[in-house]
Amino acid sequence: MNQIIKDVEAPYLKQSLPKMGVGDTVKVFFKIKEGGKERTQGYEGLIIKKAGSGINHTITVRRVFQGVGIERVFLVHSPRVEKITVQRRGDVSKSKLYYLRARSGKATRIKEKLGGKREETVVTAPQAKPEAPKGE
Amino acid sequence: MKNSVGLLGKKVGMTQVFDKEGGAVPVTVVQLGANVVTQTMTKEKNGYSAVQIGGFAVKEKKLNKPELGAMKKQELPALKPLREFRVADTSSFKVGEELKADELLKEGMLIDVQGTSIGKGFQGTIKRYNAGRGPMSHGSKFHRSMGSIGPGTTPGRVFKGLHMPGHMGSVTCKVTHLKVVKVDTEKRLLLVRGSVPGCDGGLLVITPSITKWNG
Repeated sequence: MNQIIKDVEAPYLKQSLPKMGVGDTVKVFFKIKEGGKERTQGYEGLIIKKAGSGINHTITVRRVFQGVGIERVFLVHSPRVEKITVQRRGDVSKSKLYYLRARSGKATRIKEKLGGKREETVVTAPQAKPEAPKGE
Repeated sequence: MKNSVGLLGKKVGMTQVFDKEGGAVPVTVVQLGANVVTQTMTKEKNGYSAVQIGGFAVKEKKLNKPELGAMKKQELPALKPLREFRVADTSSFKVGEELKADELLKEGMLIDVQGTSIGKGFQGTIKRYNAGRGPMSHGSKFHRSMGSIGPGTTPGRVFKGLHMPGHMGSVTCKVTHLKVVKVDTEKRLLLVRGSVPGCDGGLLVITPSITKWNG
């Protein structure tokens, strides 16, 4: 990506985000407006897709609610997304878990990924610029 | 007549930023040039009054001798390209002065952005003029070609301006009433809401819109 655009995006990026991948069960806390009031709501589900990069990075979170599958796309760096916590790490071999849409019940189980630190964080926007620009 | 100078810039590309409510705003990043006043035209001397702006500071070898000579005469660095803006009064502009982006453009005001649209090459009527097409199958031999170009003996000619295949794009076009999201004078950057004509790196001419909302 262009360095100028990266610099424009940098102040809007979140400093630290949990390391999350496709197959992980996450809880997304996001702000919603209700009659002039703002409150935070949690939404728990499985990441079935990661898309975009930089400020446009999104995750698609799927959950089955009352027998109906719901998929919500969250703009990870949006100020409306307050917090994301990883509940469970999944071990999957696909980058997009679209096959879950056709499955239900026991067939949607995903193996847990063991090992690795739970509270790993990925620094997305380094505050201080490194002296030597790394090759992209 | 438009009574304002404009700024020259280059399109960097598009991204998005977040507004106060947390909504994502699609923006185009524009790198503004040096924008130095290179000449002022007056009614007495030139027959019209205008200000000539030099866009970007370039290497001297990028200019030819007459262009460089004109710059040397005014004791200016090598500037390219040059654009004239009609203004009623040129007294406030001094040769060699840089136009300040934050004085001309304010956050929230509306601007017009002129550029050269992306070239599409030789295109048919479907892409170029949104013409319809025939069926692609079931024995049809009329697929994407254009239909009749007019009646027969009367008028006995094809009317001028008929929509036909040809070169598309690469024309000067202007998008009006785009909102300024941010002006960064330090980095010479301008964030405009929405898209602007042309490819990344293309030249843009930015002028304030003539509208009641600009105050």
